[in-house]
Amino acid sequence: MSLWEYANPRRFMAASGAVLPWISGLAAVLVALGLAWGFFGTPDDYRQGSTVKIFYLHVPAAMIAINAWLMMLVASLIWLIRRHHVSALAAKAAAPVGLTMTVVTLVTGAIWGQPMWGTWWEWDPRLTSFLILGLFYLGYLALWEAIDDPDAAADLTSVLCLVGSVFAILSRYALVFWNQGLHQGASLSLDKEQNVADVFWWPAMVTLAGFVCLFVALVLLRTRTEIRARRLKAVVARARMS
Amino acid sequence: MPELGKYAAEVLSAYGISLTLLSGLVLWSVIAGRRMRARLAKAEDELAKGREAS
Repeated sequence: MSLWEYANPRRFMAASGAVLPWISGLAAVLVALGLAWGFFGTPDDYRQGSTVKIFYLHVPAAMIAINAWLMMLVASLIWLIRRHHVSALAAKAAAPVGLTMTVVTLVTGAIWGQPMWGTWWEWDPRLTSFLILGLFYLGYLALWEAIDDPDAAADLTSVLCLVGSVFAILSRYALVFWNQGLHQGASLSLDKEQNVADVFWWPAMVTLAGFVCLFVALVLLRTRTEIRARRLKAVVARARMS
Repeated sequence: MPELGKYAAEVLSAYGISLTLLSGLVLWSVIAGRRMRARLAKAEDELAKGREAS
């Protein structure tokens, strides 16, 4: 079976309806387990004290905020190249989730930064690129709302998504590109030498898995709502004509 | 409850704000989804009744 078959709204609704309860349940269990493990079951950091517990929210939220935009990029490219409506609606559905994750990242970062850096905010490359990513999320959502014709809205938001991808990538690699600023390097990495200690790493991985499942569940749920909204418009138009 | 020491306010506010935002997003998505499903079902029902009548 080809992945493109899910570009058919009926097939997508059937498949997503079957998967959604399971992925939602898994998200609830993993997020609750990971956060409870991190909050109640891990020690304080020798330098950062109990503020290290903010790590379990801040890092998974940041990773989802960046990767949500990259998922929107793929979906937007599929729309621009193959004109599959479900992919454009999936990109639209992911934006509020990405925006919320960006806000969580910025808020938890500010709260964490105040006692550790002595400031809520710094125009550091990573923080600044993340703020711009958040503004791109807002602009993307505003553009969808501003244009009545759904295909024109999908076209223009897809182009905006391509442009914003620069900031999604910058917010991930800002530290590598500009080796300056207050923000530390990667805490979760494929390179074991760069990782935090195992006692912090495992609950963070469970929470991250939970956030990934939460993102997938919310995108599926919101895409289903968008497909129904399109169907509703068609039904109303048909009723008016008959 | 773990001993959070002098950073208790920061840690608790970070968790409180984040969980409120995430719960709000989940609730909004679920409620919007249910409303849309109900509206679509009603519209399809009305369309079917209209076809039967004509």
